[in-house]
Amino acid sequence: MRIEYFQLIDRIVDLNLADRKISSEATVPAASTIFEGHFPGYPLMPGVLLIEAMAQTSGWLVVAMNRFQRMPFLAAVKEAKLRTFVKPGELLSIDARLEHDGSGYAIVEAKIRVERKLICDAALTLRVLDFPNAEMEREMRDRAATIGLTVEAPADG
Amino acid sequence: MSSTFETIANIIAETCDIPRDSITPESHAINDLGIDSLDFLDIAFAIDKAFGIKLPLEQWTQEVNDGKATTEQYFVLKNLSARIDELVAAKGA
Repeated sequence: MRIEYFQLIDRIVDLNLADRKISSEATVPAASTIFEGHFPGYPLMPGVLLIEAMAQTSGWLVVAMNRFQRMPFLAAVKEAKLRTFVKPGELLSIDARLEHDGSGYAIVEAKIRVERKLICDAALTLRVLDFPNAEMEREMRDRAATIGLTVEAPADG
Repeated sequence: MSSTFETIANIIAETCDIPRDSITPESHAINDLGIDSLDFLDIAFAIDKAFGIKLPLEQWTQEVNDGKATTEQYFVLKNLSARIDELVAAKGA
């Protein structure tokens, strides 16, 4: 996890387009300037970044399903529950399932677990738009390759 | 079984916290009820689920932006109800 660069996902560990599900992993860094403020003397992974990790995993699912034709952007976070603290060095297991593939939007249910314990969950709405430019599309493809996201399977499962 | 209009009026009332009796078939979702595009995604999701369809929001938006349609054609609720009925009928054809 390159937390300062907002690259919160280390690797895609499973992608099932037929079931519209994805699983990813990410290790919270042992040290970061973020922990100097959150919190002094008691470092915790910020809850908003846990939500962002769920959003990024959900986004990769949507990108995979549309085969890099369009880009998801986080639009709404609902029913977010941050159930317990996450500390530096912990391994996050993140699961997301596409609940609804709408016209220009997607609804995704996402969860994070640490050692099988449910840490947080939320329902996310993503707007799905054309890539704003070729550079972003290229960067997304490069990042996908880095984290092991492949999209050879049919987009519609 | 409630009418299409009744169903979407109830969805709008519940989703956007708008008094049900202020929602009429003549109401324009955007101009009269003040529903913004993000709230309309929630409504679209609920409509998609309730009717088993996929509202073609992107197509409608494009048509409006291109001047090929007016917002009234899609967002006045009696017209939205008619569009939904067409989509339901097309699905069953």
